Amino acid sequence: MLFRIIRTVLIAGAITVTGIAQADSVKIGFVTTLTTPAGVIGEDMKNSVMLALDHIGNKMGNLDVELIMEDDGFKPDIGKQKTDKLVKQDDVDFVAGYIWSHVLLASMNSVTGADKFLISANAGPSQIAGKRCHPNFFSTSWQNDQTPMALGEYLNQEGVKSIYIMAPNYAAGKDMAAGVESVFKGEIKGKDLTKWGADAQLDFSAELAKARASGAEALYVFYPGKAGGAFIKQYQQAGLQGKLPLYTAFTVDSIALPKLQAGKLEGVLGSKMAQQWSPDMDNAANKRFVSDYLKQHGRYPSFYGAQSYDAIMLIKSAVEATGGNLKDKDALRKALMAADYDSVRGRYTYGNNHMPIQNFYLREVVEDAEGRWTTKIVKTVYENHQDLHASKCKM
Amino acid sequence: MDWNLLVTQLMNGLQLGLLLFLLASGLTLIFGIMDFINLSHGSFYMIGAYFCGTVVAKSGSFITGVIVGLIGVFAVGALVEWLIARKLYRKDHLDHVLVTFGLILIFDTLVHLLWGASGMAIPLPDVLNGQLSFAGLVLPTYRLLIIVAGLLVAAVLFILVTKTRLGMLVRAGASNRTMVEALGVNIDRLFLVVFALGAAMAGLAGMLIAPITEASIGMGNDIIIVAFVVVIVGGIGSVKGAFYAALIIGLIDTLSRSYLDQLLTLTMPDNYAETAAPALSAMLIYILMAAVLAFRPQGLFPIAGMK
Repeated sequence: MLFRIIRTVLIAGAITVTGIAQADSVKIGFVTTLTTPAGVIGEDMKNSVMLALDHIGNKMGNLDVELIMEDDGFKPDIGKQKTDKLVKQDDVDFVAGYIWSHVLLASMNSVTGADKFLISANAGPSQIAGKRCHPNFFSTSWQNDQTPMALGEYLNQEGVKSIYIMAPNYAAGKDMAAGVESVFKGEIKGKDLTKWGADAQLDFSAELAKARASGAEALYVFYPGKAGGAFIKQYQQAGLQGKLPLYTAFTVDSIALPKLQAGKLEGVLGSKMAQQWSPDMDNAANKRFVSDYLKQHGRYPSFYGAQSYDAIMLIKSAVEATGGNLKDKDALRKALMAADYDSVRGRYTYGNNHMPIQNFYLREVVEDAEGRWTTKIVKTVYENHQDLHASKCKM
Repeated sequence: MDWNLLVTQLMNGLQLGLLLFLLASGLTLIFGIMDFINLSHGSFYMIGAYFCGTVVAKSGSFITGVIVGLIGVFAVGALVEWLIARKLYRKDHLDHVLVTFGLILIFDTLVHLLWGASGMAIPLPDVLNGQLSFAGLVLPTYRLLIIVAGLLVAAVLFILVTKTRLGMLVRAGASNRTMVEALGVNIDRLFLVVFALGAAMAGLAGMLIAPITEASIGMGNDIIIVAFVVVIVGGIGSVKGAFYAALIIGLIDTLSRSYLDQLLTLTMPDNYAETAAPALSAMLIYILMAAVLAFRPQGLFPIAGMK
């Protein structure tokens, strides 16, 4: 009995304390990967979040921003633990971030179950776009299938007759393969799903030999993070450059390119990919983001960074639209849904499943005026494209 | 049946097997002779890659990178033996595991502090970046170089173990340590040399793989488990066993990645096969290890007199 009284008093005390704290700050939890080799992606996201907070003077309306970064260690179980900690212990208002689809899938219920908002700055698994959609989930990236679909559409436009597919064996890898398959009209000559996770397969000799022997006209791969660099190297060493043109999704990015350039892997120049954003996009928000990032870090930001920057700006727009009243969840939700902010990719809208309806472009790897390797938009493949899973979402 | 593809895949398997051998030969000697479980053997693999990468970036020469890297890793190996491992030989296996696991964390963090999290690409000279083709086969030159280097090291190691005094002591030490000690051999120095040599071979494997996958933190931790599988399948302490087991495992891994999905489509729908195949091929080598442990626990090529 005595214990129960003490506990009640303590809990009441805790509620009052957090209640006071909530009044003058917006608490944002950000979950990404900061350790393991995939930590380079998390670093890019962190840099971009810091830059966004810098640009807004660390204020949303008249509330200070309190940011808490957490490292998921590239593991779904750790990601969920860290998310639980952010929600229960830190009592944040928003949880953002998430590079990996399997980490997001494991962590989502912890956030939405506590009636907090979750802003995905990268992962967009089909499940969350479809059956598992939730009113408190918003994405500043894309649904996994969309980017490869745009690429598949481009392959159709180019008249490519057959392709070979390689992707890692996990939630997003399957989405990325399925995305191209759903759109591409030619023949799929073969498909390899390779081992993924902390001990991911990085030697693709067997798969590249199969791809060469398959007689496919082009090669499509999805290898995010360090696997991407390794893949490009082996692609070039295998002499497939020029023989089996390379098309990628989320493989060649501003994180990999400086390293590929240092390794003189010219095979990547001219390779094509689909994406919703590119550093060369011509709008005020993007110019400010890219030039300040270049100044601070000496290289271009990646799409991971762009989406993280947008996540902060989206939250800011919602906080300001509700006059800083973080308790009014319905008003916040409505404000988030409006996407009323200057995204670095230009304006976009949200579908019923809270995934962006946006343009997808074809990008090519080129050398910029100062000799740095970067990506440039070649053409628009999809205008205002919505993902296929939206119809399965009852919202 | 595409014979060119099969030959290519056999070569790929051979290349993977030889890399595993470079790692496992040191591991099996250290395990067999000193009865020391070194989980941090993979750290030498990582350090080798980083040393080599740093020198290549400075000097522009891959060969210089490999030579300086080998000396560097040999020195690090000797230092680890002298400072840490030496005090642990007479302790329990659990102590070995705890200390060497701690070493992994220390080495990973040191690399993170010195070189950053982003990993390091190692550029190859143009000669090695090309491909060789004969009779319709196209193979990357660099992968052939790995095969040649691996076979060369295996041959040198074979001569060293079977024909020299050091090798005789190593073999004697692996069979019966107490007897070698009783005969008045400076066992401390023997252990130091074997440990450092094992480290240098692991470092060489790291240097050879890094231009393909790039040097990254924890790269050794991914492969060390497979190296232990090689040691167990081959027979603890047996260099010959490590050689054959490494080739068997390299071939099983490569060939299952190449053909298992086609094989499985014969018995199940395509979309099941393409998900099951990578999972199953990742499991195959452990199934092999389990089978060896069940039916021939001393390994396929055990050394005579090993308890």
